[in-house]
Amino acid sequence: MIQAYNIIDHTFDVVVVGAGGSGLRATVACVESGLSTACISKVFPTRSHTVAAQGGIASSLGNMGPDDWRWHMYDTVKGSDWLGDQDAIEYMVREAVPSIIELEHYGVPFSRTEDGKIYQRPFGGMTTEFGKGPAAQRTCAAADSTGHAILHTLYQQSLKHKAQFFVEYFALDLIMDEEGACRGVVAWNLADGTIHRFRAQRVILATGGYGRAYFSCTAAHTCTGDGNAMTLRAGLPTQDMEFVQFHPTGIYGAGVLITEGVRGEGGILRNNSGERFMERYAPTYKDLASRDEVSRSMTMEIREGRGVGEKGDHIHLDLTHLDPNVINKRLPGIAKHAKVFAGVDVTKQPIPVIPTCHYNMGGVQTNFHGEVVTMKGDDPHSPVPGLMAVGEAACVSVHGANRLGSNSLLDLVVFGRAAGLRCGAELVAGATQPELPATGNDRALERLDRTRHAKGSIAPAALRDEMQRTMQDCAAVFRTGESLEEGVQRLDAMWEKKSDIGLADRSLVWNSELMEALEFDNLSYQAVATMKGARNRTESRGAHSREDHVSRDDQNWLKHSLIWVNDEGKAKIDYRPVKLETMTDDVEVFPPQKRVY
Amino acid sequence: MVEFSLPRNSQVVKGKEHLKPKDAKRTKTFKIYRWDPDKSANPRLDTYHVDLDKCGPMVLDALQKIKTEQDTTLTYRRSCREGVCGSCAMNIDGRNTLACTKPIEDIRGDVKIYPLPHMPVVKDLVPDLNVPYAQYAMIEPWMKTESRMPERERPQTPEEREQLDGLWECILCFCCQTSCPSYWWNGDRYLGPAVLLQAYRWIADSRDEATGERLDALEDPFRLYRCHTIMSCTKTCPKGLNPALAIAEIKKKMVERTI
Repeated sequence: MIQAYNIIDHTFDVVVVGAGGSGLRATVACVESGLSTACISKVFPTRSHTVAAQGGIASSLGNMGPDDWRWHMYDTVKGSDWLGDQDAIEYMVREAVPSIIELEHYGVPFSRTEDGKIYQRPFGGMTTEFGKGPAAQRTCAAADSTGHAILHTLYQQSLKHKAQFFVEYFALDLIMDEEGACRGVVAWNLADGTIHRFRAQRVILATGGYGRAYFSCTAAHTCTGDGNAMTLRAGLPTQDMEFVQFHPTGIYGAGVLITEGVRGEGGILRNNSGERFMERYAPTYKDLASRDEVSRSMTMEIREGRGVGEKGDHIHLDLTHLDPNVINKRLPGIAKHAKVFAGVDVTKQPIPVIPTCHYNMGGVQTNFHGEVVTMKGDDPHSPVPGLMAVGEAACVSVHGANRLGSNSLLDLVVFGRAAGLRCGAELVAGATQPELPATGNDRALERLDRTRHAKGSIAPAALRDEMQRTMQDCAAVFRTGESLEEGVQRLDAMWEKKSDIGLADRSLVWNSELMEALEFDNLSYQAVATMKGARNRTESRGAHSREDHVSRDDQNWLKHSLIWVNDEGKAKIDYRPVKLETMTDDVEVFPPQKRVY
Repeated sequence: MVEFSLPRNSQVVKGKEHLKPKDAKRTKTFKIYRWDPDKSANPRLDTYHVDLDKCGPMVLDALQKIKTEQDTTLTYRRSCREGVCGSCAMNIDGRNTLACTKPIEDIRGDVKIYPLPHMPVVKDLVPDLNVPYAQYAMIEPWMKTESRMPERERPQTPEEREQLDGLWECILCFCCQTSCPSYWWNGDRYLGPAVLLQAYRWIADSRDEATGERLDALEDPFRLYRCHTIMSCTKTCPKGLNPALAIAEIKKKMVERTI
């Protein structure tokens, strides 16, 4: 079988899988360190989903008023509902300042204040004076297309550094050796159907989240968490997969994102009587409470019969009181989105919105250098040689149980850079690498070949739909033991049917049916991890809201879940303690408190 | 040189007509360009009928529906489905645009879909964009400065920053590039509207210090001056940008520096 495929071998010091914000930032850092670096991506870099990030990137620059990285740290810890690791959070918020200055020096077209500094806007959960002061203006913005601005700039920097790209290459699986080290990755070149075996001293997974496991999400079609799935197939765990963020304001129907920056600029959520209901749920920060809080409040309004629209099943986001100049200058993109996808003129009508699956706090377990760690014996921090992960694919964990808006772009650049610097510090450029294990790519090719020639009776798209609806029905904003049990059973039934899929296209050049089938397979591992992780966690924390266990339970659950999923869809769960320790003595640990906005 | 009659193996032939959906009250007919690199057959135009009552509003929704329900072999690029990634650029109803933001109801009669024109086709609606990508790299689209970097951000007034509006938003979908007759003729040597708009993005940036060098690199009968202000680029841009204006600004700068 293997002889039937044309295999091309490459050797690099580092291979980065994924060319979004974190992958490109890691690539730039590796190249700058003098390492030969390949960046492989299933889409052209500027088409990665970082491009869709709107509102901004958090950094305590203090351009709009007093700010302090310690306040940013407190907000992030509180936002995470104390599940975030405080050493990693300290690292991220401190690096936020030089990282954003560096982006500006790279040429990111940030919006500006009157005195020529980077413009910063308020965002949910971002406060001053450790949650006691007014909302912070901490989120650096390029109008409402900050992700676009950053992603394009990072691609430009990669061009400047002459990084080597393998574009429209779809990563199939990691190459692991018998000692459990990662030695490279196998990828399929869509343009000509060849198979490429990349050998590297380090593989950095920057493959993003798996939003497409859900039926309605803000994520792009390509957000299928391929790196998470490759990690699971390599027998390694993913961490905290039960924590899935629902963004309060996806456009009703289309699922397209409307940035939290709209509320940062003064937009208000209203129910069917026009009431600003967030005042009841979050008296201090109102519409700028954290996302999990706002999504729950909206869902409660809808459930209690105060939703808007014919079916009373959504909420209005009102900007009509804003100065049209502010909309034109600060929010031109969302004005367009609202027009195109909801037929709404935002200066005259409210936008119909609904909480929509948006971000995965969970992912591949790493430390704050980006190195993948796993459970070995009793040690939950045992490094996996040769493997790193960054960005949404990784779970460092800085976002814990709930990420704050504008901390994700920050996560990308800070940890992308950290991983690259780590490679620069630890690797010798051009060091001789041992031969790849003889059977290293068997698994990847066997899976590709089996899927390509699948002759069963079920279309992968139909199974994908079954999985997405199950996730949407059973593991959304609110969960119960019952809904999660049902979800597990439905996913188990779905898994059974995977052996009976059938494809029509057997080609290798740009066979998008095959690619989608493999992406669906990747999603299915993560859906199982999410559902079973959620069933297992009998408390409510951050984005994981159990109606049968309504309180946070620090006694039993102040810990990360590690979840393995094998090729039969069976899961195994273990735990790792939360790091209630800081990186330096410049700040003290924030002990768990009640979380109110 | 341009060929005015298509080589025989490029002529698009009539393709397969897929069955109409049962019980549909409102259907729309889609005629879609197909070409399979694994076969020696000519490209063809396949016909599909989509039940509009069970389909989202955009052309991409229809393509997704066709691919899911009628013909899984149909091949095209897509990702963000909200007009920001630039993947699903194609020629719809005679005009280059993004499938994800093009409403089906804006199209009268049958919906004809072809790949972006005058690019080599990899498969179906997937064009080979390697040449425009290389041209983009050629203009060195990154910040160039000689003065020492300040410790904080380089100051830029809101007015200076405003000069970048209409430029930095380009998503590199190449709708404009491939709508330009001059680019069809001389795409190997003329940089084209998308790439020139990007070139001007850096010339217009008050922080960049390499304007002279950038203009030198464009001072060439082909790279810049093959623009004949046909304006197809501006007419077609799905983001509402104006590449023709950006090119005119570059030409003005060229004149300004000689007087």
